[in-house]
Amino acid sequence: MWGRFATQRLLQLIPVLLGVSFIVFLTMHLTPSDPIEHMLGQAGSITQEQIDELRTHYGLDRPLILQYGLFVGNAVRGNFGLSYSHHGRAVALVVAERLPATLELTVFAFLIAILFAIPAGVIASLRPQGVFDRVATVGALLGISIPGFWLGIVLMILFGLQRHWLPISGRIDLGAMSEYYTGLYTLDALLSGNAAAFWSALKHMVLPGIAMAAPMAAMVMRMVRSSMIGVLGQDYIQFARAKGLPETMVVGKHALRNALIPTLNIVALQTGLLLSGNMIIETVFQYPGLGKLAVDAIGAADYPLVQAVVLLYAVSYVLLNLGADALQAMLDPRVRMA
Amino acid sequence: MTQPVTEDHVLETAAATTPGMLRLLLANRVAVVAGVVVLGFLVMGLLAPALVPYDPNAQHPEAIRAAPFAQAEGQHRFLLGADSLGRDLLSRIMYGARVSILLGVAVVLLTLVVGTGLGMVAGYFRGWFDTVMSRVVDTLLAFPFLIFALAIMAATGPNLVALVLALAFKGWVDFYRVARGDVLAAREADYVTAARGLGASMPHILFREILPNIVPPLIVLATLRMATIIIAEASLSFLGIGVPPSIPAWGTMVADGRADVASAWWIATFPGLAILLLVLSVNLFGEGLRDVLDPRMRK
Repeated sequence: MWGRFATQRLLQLIPVLLGVSFIVFLTMHLTPSDPIEHMLGQAGSITQEQIDELRTHYGLDRPLILQYGLFVGNAVRGNFGLSYSHHGRAVALVVAERLPATLELTVFAFLIAILFAIPAGVIASLRPQGVFDRVATVGALLGISIPGFWLGIVLMILFGLQRHWLPISGRIDLGAMSEYYTGLYTLDALLSGNAAAFWSALKHMVLPGIAMAAPMAAMVMRMVRSSMIGVLGQDYIQFARAKGLPETMVVGKHALRNALIPTLNIVALQTGLLLSGNMIIETVFQYPGLGKLAVDAIGAADYPLVQAVVLLYAVSYVLLNLGADALQAMLDPRVRMA
Repeated sequence: MTQPVTEDHVLETAAATTPGMLRLLLANRVAVVAGVVVLGFLVMGLLAPALVPYDPNAQHPEAIRAAPFAQAEGQHRFLLGADSLGRDLLSRIMYGARVSILLGVAVVLLTLVVGTGLGMVAGYFRGWFDTVMSRVVDTLLAFPFLIFALAIMAATGPNLVALVLALAFKGWVDFYRVARGDVLAAREADYVTAARGLGASMPHILFREILPNIVPPLIVLATLRMATIIIAEASLSFLGIGVPPSIPAWGTMVADGRADVASAWWIATFPGLAILLLVLSVNLFGEGLRDVLDPRMRK
């Protein structure tokens, strides 16, 4: 049963990924501006011959459908071509360099959102319409209504400029770290036992992390709250209470576990949206991750790079949702049978 | 087949009339205030040319980065200050309301019509169309919304038509899913069977019988989508690939002010505040509408 579910979902993934890659490929080729002209913008006088040579070098002279076939064939092998704006280096390398920064920040934002949203949702659900619930509801509404880029700037003004509590750009203080293993700075700092570097890396993630986490925290909090209220009204909760179980046990174990199952979907969906937040928040905070890389690549008309990053985001998004479905099926037999 | 008349049933029927719904909506004070704020923004945007104190693109060299309430030399007064080119922030914010609301309405209407139309056809006829559409929808759902719009705008550059299409390209999927699901359920409902038995034509059944019944949840969805679209448009404009720079837009204004946050916080702060206030009001109004129109979701 379990194996068939997994195989089926994995097979469904193939047409979705093909569709996604085709759309990404197509959008990048609808563009009116010529990447070669863009590349040569600052290079002065160049002959038509040299332009044609470059076009052949980057494969831009072949028919569109052939270019797509090549694109997919190469992408599967991790080859995304050469970047126009990074001195013709391999796109895969440029992306790989920036991946740890974004991974680290996204995980950090995810943790902020979850560690804030679940307790807040649970506390709010214990006394609906109480003071805490009202404050949390207003907070959640603000969280989904506030534009992330603006929240980032406001946090920057308040905590970075008016009070110099937290850094407002970059990943780490200059010269704070010398040894790199994984590219995840907090982890590298721990591995090399460098406490100063650890704090520095962590502090650099606080403001962008909060700005990125806000909408997710709001959505997850709402979901935890409403499903907790639903679960707390069920008979088996009354029964657990009647048995004389302590309230912390009833809420923390019996109710929360069941309330978290419907929450998983929202968490997966919101983690996907967290990824789109990357582009904006990294740009606001000049954080050198994939999101900022993509935005810079757009400015430089570096299609292979934009393609690779967008595709990477879309694939992560698909896999996240698949993971959530699988986890849900594992926790809730009713989903598996359906 | 007589329906048992219950108190709930009577209440539902009362609320299902238009005056009944309006009364319910007006009883929700938060939604009313939110609706008034949205209306205020709409009026401000529509009448901006008549209301603004200055031309939104006029540069006043004497007022570069003027602080809010500052009185520049001469008689110029800038209520919310001026930006790094000496343009009046208040006038630009008022004009910015036009773009945000206009684009929001355009995108929502387009996605509402396209999504509902396709969803009704797929739900009513099923078959190969439904199968093909569900593949398309799966693919589109695989894209994070903003990244998708970003990919399109990256290719076309800042441009209003492309922006509407980029924001709408995936947005219709939500309406499609709601419409398809509701039509699928309505197809087997007694009132549709009855209409079919009376010899009603297919278009009549789809548009005169089913459509009126599935409109309320679609209206609620449209309102809440509007909030998302306004934020998405502002985000793309902030990145410089949304609204063309010659048109005053809130996202662009925040981006303009980003470089000056240390010395002139107001340039980035006020336009962002306008986005927050409008989006918050749209969301509150949408939730009020949902409580009234969508009994399944009523608290």
